[in-house]
Amino acid sequence: MRLLRMRPGHGEVLVAEGDVGVAEEERELIEAFRAQLDQGMWAAVPLLAPDGRRQATMVRDWVDVPRDAERVIFFPRAAGGC
Amino acid sequence: MLAALGVCGLVGVVLGLDVVAPRVRPALARLRAQMAAGAAEDIAGYDPGRERRAEQRARELLRSCVNEDDWEMYRDLGFLRVWGKGGRGSSAGHAAPSYAYLIYPHKPIVAYVPQSSRLLSEYCVEFPDSERPYGSSRLPASDDVLAKWMALSADERRLIENANLHLAGRQVDPDAVRADIARLARWDRERERDHAVSSVAAS
Repeated sequence: MRLLRMRPGHGEVLVAEGDVGVAEEERELIEAFRAQLDQGMWAAVPLLAPDGRRQATMVRDWVDVPRDAERVIFFPRAAGGC
Repeated sequence: MLAALGVCGLVGVVLGLDVVAPRVRPALARLRAQMAAGAAEDIAGYDPGRERRAEQRARELLRSCVNEDDWEMYRDLGFLRVWGKGGRGSSAGHAAPSYAYLIYPHKPIVAYVPQSSRLLSEYCVEFPDSERPYGSSRLPASDDVLAKWMALSADERRLIENANLHLAGRQVDPDAVRADIARLARWDRERERDHAVSSVAAS
């Protein structure tokens, strides 16, 4: 699983990468995940729906991240603009 | 008398400049060198291709996350359509949705009625990165679109609650949006026709 974060002037950057099946690596992923949320990021997981369509789900906790997810994408929290 | 005083004054100024100039000239040279060095430092820190590379990276990420037809829509038209809670669209075999959104990069999300092309409202939403890694808080354009797409398709209510709601036409030109809706309808028809032709050819 890879944790990616969108960055201005750069595009996505790799925050962390690891195998959730390996305890030590999962622990590092969880720490990185929580650090991003603590920084005010929103987290989304791109998924493939049963009908084959791509979709995304927003996650607020590590337990919400599907174990087989390939990526978690962080982006800054939405704010009213204009 | 006055003319003589004037001439004397002028001579005095010229002589004074002659005395002062040798002292001022090195200082001016130093100042010029400092300005040149400063400009060189600014240029060294400036990467004209950075934003372009960031956008290219963001486009690849967007492409890897959205459906192929959504990607082609963005590539061809410059915006994405997301159906409202009413369904995913008649082409997918679902009930026709009652409304949809158009997602533009760094512009408000526009809600509209697909059946009538009536514009409903604008939702102004941004994803500002307070760390400003390169001086700007704005995501690359395609990252902005992907963030809106993920947030809107996954949790429509949450995103809308965080947006500023305005009547249609406040930020985005309504005529331009209607033109985009018409382009989108043509694009949909052409794709359906192409798919029909492909299906016939395959069978």
